[in-house]
Amino acid sequence: MYVAVKGGEQAIDNAHRLLAEARRGDPAVPELTIEQIAQQLGIAVDRVMTEGSLYDRTLAALAIKQARGDITEAVFLLRAYRTTLPRLAVSEPIDTAVMTVQRRISATFKDVPGGQILGPTFDYSHRLLDFSLAAAATVDAAASPAEPASASAERTDAATATGPTPRVTDILNAEGLIEVETADDTQPVGDITRQPLTFPADRDVRLQSLTRGDEGFLLALGYSSQRGYGKSHPFAGEIRMGTVAVEIIPEELGFAIDIGDIAVTECQMINQFQGSKTQPAQFTRGYGLTFGHCERKAMAMALVDRALRAEALGEDVTAPAQDAEFVLSHCDAVEASGFVEHLKLPHYVDFQSELVTVRTLRQAFSDREIPGVPDV
Amino acid sequence: MSDGLSGYNFAYLDEQTKRMIRRALLKAVAIPGYQVPFAGREMPLPYGWGTGGIQVTAAVIAPGDVLKVIDQGADDTTNAVSIRRFFSRTAGVATTTRTADATLIQTRHRIPERPLTEAQIIVYQVPIPEPLRWMEPRESETKKMHALLEYGVMQVKLYEDIAHLGRITTSYDYPVRVNGHYIMSPSPIPRFDNPKMNQMAALQLFGAGREKRIYAVPPYTRVESLDFDDYPFEIQRWDQHCALCGASDSYLDEMVTDDHGGRLFICSDTDYCGERRAAGHRGDTDLPANPAPRTAP
Repeated sequence: MYVAVKGGEQAIDNAHRLLAEARRGDPAVPELTIEQIAQQLGIAVDRVMTEGSLYDRTLAALAIKQARGDITEAVFLLRAYRTTLPRLAVSEPIDTAVMTVQRRISATFKDVPGGQILGPTFDYSHRLLDFSLAAAATVDAAASPAEPASASAERTDAATATGPTPRVTDILNAEGLIEVETADDTQPVGDITRQPLTFPADRDVRLQSLTRGDEGFLLALGYSSQRGYGKSHPFAGEIRMGTVAVEIIPEELGFAIDIGDIAVTECQMINQFQGSKTQPAQFTRGYGLTFGHCERKAMAMALVDRALRAEALGEDVTAPAQDAEFVLSHCDAVEASGFVEHLKLPHYVDFQSELVTVRTLRQAFSDREIPGVPDV
Repeated sequence: MSDGLSGYNFAYLDEQTKRMIRRALLKAVAIPGYQVPFAGREMPLPYGWGTGGIQVTAAVIAPGDVLKVIDQGADDTTNAVSIRRFFSRTAGVATTTRTADATLIQTRHRIPERPLTEAQIIVYQVPIPEPLRWMEPRESETKKMHALLEYGVMQVKLYEDIAHLGRITTSYDYPVRVNGHYIMSPSPIPRFDNPKMNQMAALQLFGAGREKRIYAVPPYTRVESLDFDDYPFEIQRWDQHCALCGASDSYLDEMVTDDHGGRLFICSDTDYCGERRAAGHRGDTDLPANPAPRTAP
């Protein structure tokens, strides 16, 4: 007797049980704590916060744990959570000029006011597997299994600078060598979490989409713009990472109050621009901003942001990275992975209709009775 | 759980979001076939798995509703089970597999065989709401084409099918014209189901979550499948009858029964098939009547 395939509630329950078991792994190995992930997988946490559009290290760490380290899945978990949260206030724009800088480099000047600060970077490390880390982990676990959270939470960066650090682009700006970018505060700022993305998309909306866009996708697009698919000629004017204060103005108070600090990475790319009949030659900008320490993402975002300004700057739009509809419609990892992976769902009704069509066509072909097509 | 999921609003979405979706729905009903952009939310199910349909359902469902969820015509496919569970968890509503008992039906890829009534709403899950997408990938262009009713490319596409292959080969997601105006994607239902949309008594709502579009067909609205005078629209037909219930008027799924080319054809609509068998109809395969469990407790 043939019984049609039953998806079955039982099968789903069993799959979830198996998933929980696989997530936990060997019970003899101690379970990861959220604190361990938040502290020791910090860059993964930063990426999940950035693409998940929610600044919460604990929840991002929880998402990574629940997702078994699958970053896209963790981003999805965080997004689905954030969408249920009420919007209590809208912050004032953060001011990265007064950032408490942990890292700050410029590739365009040997020295800049405020200095070059390498900070915690992989940049000049030799990528050799450090087997002492593997050994140390065993010793650590035996000696001090639970390090007090407060001790490790305190940052001990020797290079931490304080006080205002002028942006490199502002220095160029004084000479008029780079385009002026002043926010038009009379225009409402778009919000891609409250309004659907429509085209043509203005820069505020584009930047929001890019910030939550998939790092890998933006990296490849940024890379393509460097390789000639879209004029670019970028210089890393400045990359800075550190903490900035977030302020809100509660209606009942009427003045700004500081509600806490967040870590961000900002990248300002400086790009060539030939000038035109109406405009003198000038450098143009590309901008990238992420939560936490996501330097690769911030740089890629700045490249793509600049590429997407092609039309506004009167350049030919020829490459994928310059095509706002192409880039913005496909940069979101949650949307992309959902639609790609939905191919796992049953499609047998549609496939059956295609079978019927193909069989009909093949029958007609073998009968040589193709109506409407004359014999050749 | 009967009172919904603790910590979340009735049917998951907060009331402000529901109001936003309902406004989009009202606009969609007022302009049949027009794709209304809406601020789609991330749902706890992945994009492409019915988030548009789920948001529409969440916006219109009420505590007294009886919900039926089908995928490929069946109530027991994994994703249908998952979505039905989502609403019984978050809204605590009664669910059913019986088309006749449902007040609200969310579907992926099928319209039930049993004609729907004025008391019912059917919600379609839509992957690509734009029927012109394959001819013009740009939203900024297709918006203009709809506004100007510039639909020549669609007719040309269908004509090219005929010129090359002797017939229109679009077998699902077959484009329709709604109320004599907008061309609309019926979602990837087989074209077998297209005629059911015409003058349907039930309200038809369409949700595309990833693409953030909602559209609708009000009850008793003209829905025509595009065709030509000399190449009229036609639906799929089978030489076989359903092996279980003997139906010859339903959409059939093909089951591969062995690796020697053995095939079995059965109704894609499991409720329709089950009801026919319960009423004593039998197909060629002599199976005992084994209808799926009816109303969930």
